[in-house]
Parts: sequence; structure tokens; C-alpha cells
Amino acid sequence: MINPQMVMYEEEFNQIQAVVDRLVRDANAKVVFIVDKNGQLIAASGDIDNVDTTSLASLTAGNIAATGGMAKLLKENEFATQFHEGEKANIHIQLVGNRVILVVIFDSRSSLGLVRLRVKKASEELNHIFESLLKKVQEPGADSPFAEITDEDIDNLFND
Amino acid sequence: MSFINYMAREINCKLVYYGPGLCGKTTNLQYIYERTNPEAKGKMISLATETERTLFFDFLPLSLGEIRGFKTRFHLYTVPGQVFYDASRKLILKGVDGVIFVADSQIERTEANLESIENLRTNLAEQGYSLDKLPFVVQYNKRDLPNVASMEELREMLNPTNVPDFEAVARTGVGVFDTLKAVAKLVLTELKKGG
Ligand SMILES: Nc1nc2c(ncn2[C@@H]2O[C@H](COP(=O)(O)OP(=O)(O)OP(=O)(O)O)[C@@H](O)[C@H]2O)c(=O)[nH]1
Ligand SMILES: [Mg+2]
Repeated sequence: MINPQMVMYEEEFNQIQAVVDRLVRDANAKVVFIVDKNGQLIAASGDIDNVDTTSLASLTAGNIAATGGMAKLLKENEFATQFHEGEKANIHIQLVGNRVILVVIFDSRSSLGLVRLRVKKASEELNHIFESLLKKVQEPGADSPFAEITDEDIDNLFND
Repeated sequence: MSFINYMAREINCKLVYYGPGLCGKTTNLQYIYERTNPEAKGKMISLATETERTLFFDFLPLSLGEIRGFKTRFHLYTVPGQVFYDASRKLILKGVDGVIFVADSQIERTEANLESIENLRTNLAEQGYSLDKLPFVVQYNKRDLPNVASMEELREMLNPTNVPDFEAVARTGVGVFDTLKAVAKLVLTELKKGG
């Protein structure tokens, strides 16, 4: 396999979800979500029925990729934090452990100071979780459920 | 890089449409978007210039159905084909699971096709991938135009290794889903091997 796979198990997912749920409350945020650097949504919490998290995930990853590209040109480390201030909504974007991206959307019920503070703590927790997840994925015997599928299974997917 | 989520019982894969400027990459995604049931697709995002040239990428999330209880989800991206957007193309290729090279069949675009596929090889190599090892298909687009190169010539230039290839008219949808299915199938087959 050319690419190492990103894998999410129930145990780590629940830990991650707990962190984002808590962050929504502690930071008075509207929405919190976590995206991997390729734009795949990992977890989300808050008022997610009113935002298109899939689209936001892909754009966030694009944004981080673009600023990462700029940093490289400037021989700078990746810009780990970004903040965009709007009239109603603000977005705080934090790169966690150079692996995943933590996004907090908040309005005037919160403040940048509070968000920064809570994001810092959440980032540390997330970093630990993703580190142990990575170890688990690299353990031998961490099988893909796809090892079992047949050519027929794949064909069936396209038969309708 | 595929993403297997045991919790959501989902598998996510990234497909990238590559090719020279104006070859029809965005048109492929637009057609797929138009012809897919609302429940199987998300919003299509196009980061484009005022003249509708892709500036950074197009993005379309699609669900293709379930395999053994796992939802298969594909994230389709296009790159900007214009030569000077090379930095952006490199970024979009990160974590790619499968590539579709869309060629412009018009004779006057021969050079542009060759340059673009060479650029694809280079940019993949920079990230430690090889086009020969990646799920890869070729689409010869704009077959409806009068001034097109023969399939034989195009194949010789752009598909020497004989990967699955398709004639297409993306504007009317000819060949669009055949191309997508072929690469999706290769990606899933690769996952099966990789497990
Ligand atoms: N005749 C014909 N025109 C096509 C076909 N496919 C796309 N086009 C047209 O070609 C033009 C460019 O198509 P796009 O899909 O925007 O091209 P692109 O590859 O995304 O271009 P960039 O974003 O600059 O890289 C548009 O006017 C399309 O309508 C086709 O099969 N036949
Ligand atoms: Mg385009």
C-alpha cells in the first residue's frame, strides 16, 4: 500500500468526541469540528445542523494547505493558528500535532481570548489521543475490513 | 490517503482529476453533480476565477453505496490546469488515492496534454508516489470536436502502460460515469490488497 491509512476506532472516536463536545461548552462556541489535513471530517459538535460541515472541512484543509505552502516558501514552520473575524461569526483554526485541524466557530457570546485558552487545552488532549491512535494503527494485525471483500462486492457497488 | 472510520462505518477516499487547462475537469464534476441523487452527494464547491477557470480546486463529495456494511464515500477534486498554478496542484495531490487524467483530444492541445501528464508524474514523485503504482485512469475528452487526434495517437502518447481509458464528451456526459466508476473500482481493489 502506498499510503498509510487513516483509521478511526470507536474508543478513540469517543474520546475525541468528548473533547469537542466539551470545547463547545467551555468556549461558548457555535460549532467545533476536527478535520484531517486531507479534508476528511473526523468529528463535529454544536449547532452542526445549520452548517455544511463536509464543505467546511474541505475548505479548511485547503486553507491550511495553502498557508502551509506559503510558510514553506518563507522557510517558516507551518502557521499553526489562524483567526478570521466576521461581522457575526468568527473562525479560529488550530493545527494540532501537525496532523489534524481543530476549528472553532463562535459569535459575540464568546471571545477570542476565551477560545484561545480553551483551544490550547483541547489541543493537548487531542494530541495525546491521536498519538495513541497512530500507534494502534501501526500495530501488526490492525486489519482493514476491506481485506475481506471480493471483486464481486466491488462489482455489485456499480451495478445499479 | 483513505480514511477508514469504524465508528461511522465509513471509508473515505480522495480522487483527483488532473489535466491541462480547459480540458474539461470541472465539466466532469458538474455533470456528476447534476446526475447524482441528492442523498448521495454533498454540495459542489468551486474556487474559480471570474472567468470560471479553476483557481484552487473544485470539490464534490459523493457516496457510492455500501460494501459489507461500510459506506463508501469519495471526495472528488479537480486541480487548476493552467500552468502557473503548479503550487496549488501539488497541494491538491496530497493524500490522493486515485487519479483521473483528463486529456483534451484536440490536435492543438497535444503539447499541453504531454506537459500536463509529465507535470503530474513530477508532482507525484515529489511526494513519494509513482503514477505507475497509483490507481490511475485516462479520459480522452472533447471527442465531439472536429479537430481531434486519433485514439491511437492519444493512447500512444498518454497511456503507454495501458491503464483503463475512456473516450468522453464531458459536456453531454458521455464517458463521465464510466471513467469515475473505473477509478473508484481500482481504488477499492487497492484497499482490498492493502489491508
Ligand atoms: N466541445 C466540448 N467542450 C467541452 C467538453 N468538455 C468541456 N468542454 C468545455 O471546455 C471548457 C473548459 O471546461 P472546464 O471543465 O472548465 O475545464 P477545466 O479542465 O476545468 O479547466 P481549468 O479549470 O482551467 O483547469 C468549457 O467551456 C466546457 O464547456 C467536451 O467534451 N466537448
Ligand atoms: Mg476547472
